[in-house]
Amino acid sequence: MDSEFHASHLRRARSHGLQVALAVSLYGISFGALAVVLGFSVWQAMVLSLLMFSGASQFAFIGIMASGGLPAAGAAIASAGLLGVRNGLYALRLSPLIGPGFVRRGVAAQLTVDESTAVAIAQSDTQAARHGFWTTAIVLYLGWNVATLIGALAGDAIGDVRAWGLDAVAAAAFLALLWPRLSAREPVVIAAVAAAITVVLVPLVPAGIPILVVALVAIVTAIVRHRTNPSSPDGPQGGAQ
Amino acid sequence: MTVWLAVIVASLAVWALKTSGYLIPRRFVENAMMARVAAVVTVALLASLVVSQTLQSTAGIGLDARVPALGVAAVLLYYKAPFLVVLLGAGFVAAGLRFFGILA
Repeated sequence: MDSEFHASHLRRARSHGLQVALAVSLYGISFGALAVVLGFSVWQAMVLSLLMFSGASQFAFIGIMASGGLPAAGAAIASAGLLGVRNGLYALRLSPLIGPGFVRRGVAAQLTVDESTAVAIAQSDTQAARHGFWTTAIVLYLGWNVATLIGALAGDAIGDVRAWGLDAVAAAAFLALLWPRLSAREPVVIAAVAAAITVVLVPLVPAGIPILVVALVAIVTAIVRHRTNPSSPDGPQGGAQ
Repeated sequence: MTVWLAVIVASLAVWALKTSGYLIPRRFVENAMMARVAAVVTVALLASLVVSQTLQSTAGIGLDARVPALGVAAVLLYYKAPFLVVLLGAGFVAAGLRFFGILA
């Protein structure tokens, strides 16, 4: 009876992972289409999904490069990197769960994103967490990349970004990534301040610079807040990558 | 720097951050503060991107069809619509307003 109970646990973890991964994968279509419409090649969109494989970082990179061109490349790289910092923290947390083995840890590292971490830590025991992680991670990696390719090929046929409302889709994508994180007062205040700084700076400085100022202010604020009030939110808060 | 070089460098940076979490022994990182920084930076950068993608135009700040489109996206998110519905809703509103010449 115990093993039957356990098997149903693992099945539930896998099914949870599968649902999350398939739903979020679809979102890769919009990434592929947007990347190509903003001027990236199909291959560049694919390299971003295969190698970078982190939705928020990918959208930030193409958005900043598209608005600022090559002079904004530094800001685009820095923003993608800063948005990727949380994956490194998820990795620290999942490390004992993944266990030993160079290849296994290397593969797990590339697949450590919001969704795989969220499904893993939502499970009640270690084995279910492992099943949840790997199911979400593998299905999402395959799904995200297939979806990116479909979107990129479709994007090739689109042409005018504005006529199709794709510039608004980019803005909505960032809002959809932000939304699930606005679950408490602190993140709402941080988002409001970041938005205000951006509105003031956009007309004054070259594209890509406002986001770096926002990043700097955010880092300093987080360190000061941590010193004065060390209770801290931990782990992913759902949403897309 | 070419676009390709930027794509590769940014991708490797994001990959290296993930991998470092599996290489660094946990005790070398003051986890609570880093978690705080990562959470705050993620929210701040996404909020900044929402604003710049909605308002940035060739002449600095511009109010056009993206603003009502973002409003519709917010309403859809409030009612817990799936991501794809949110994105399609925003695109549909912006494309519609432009097609009928209501907003630029």
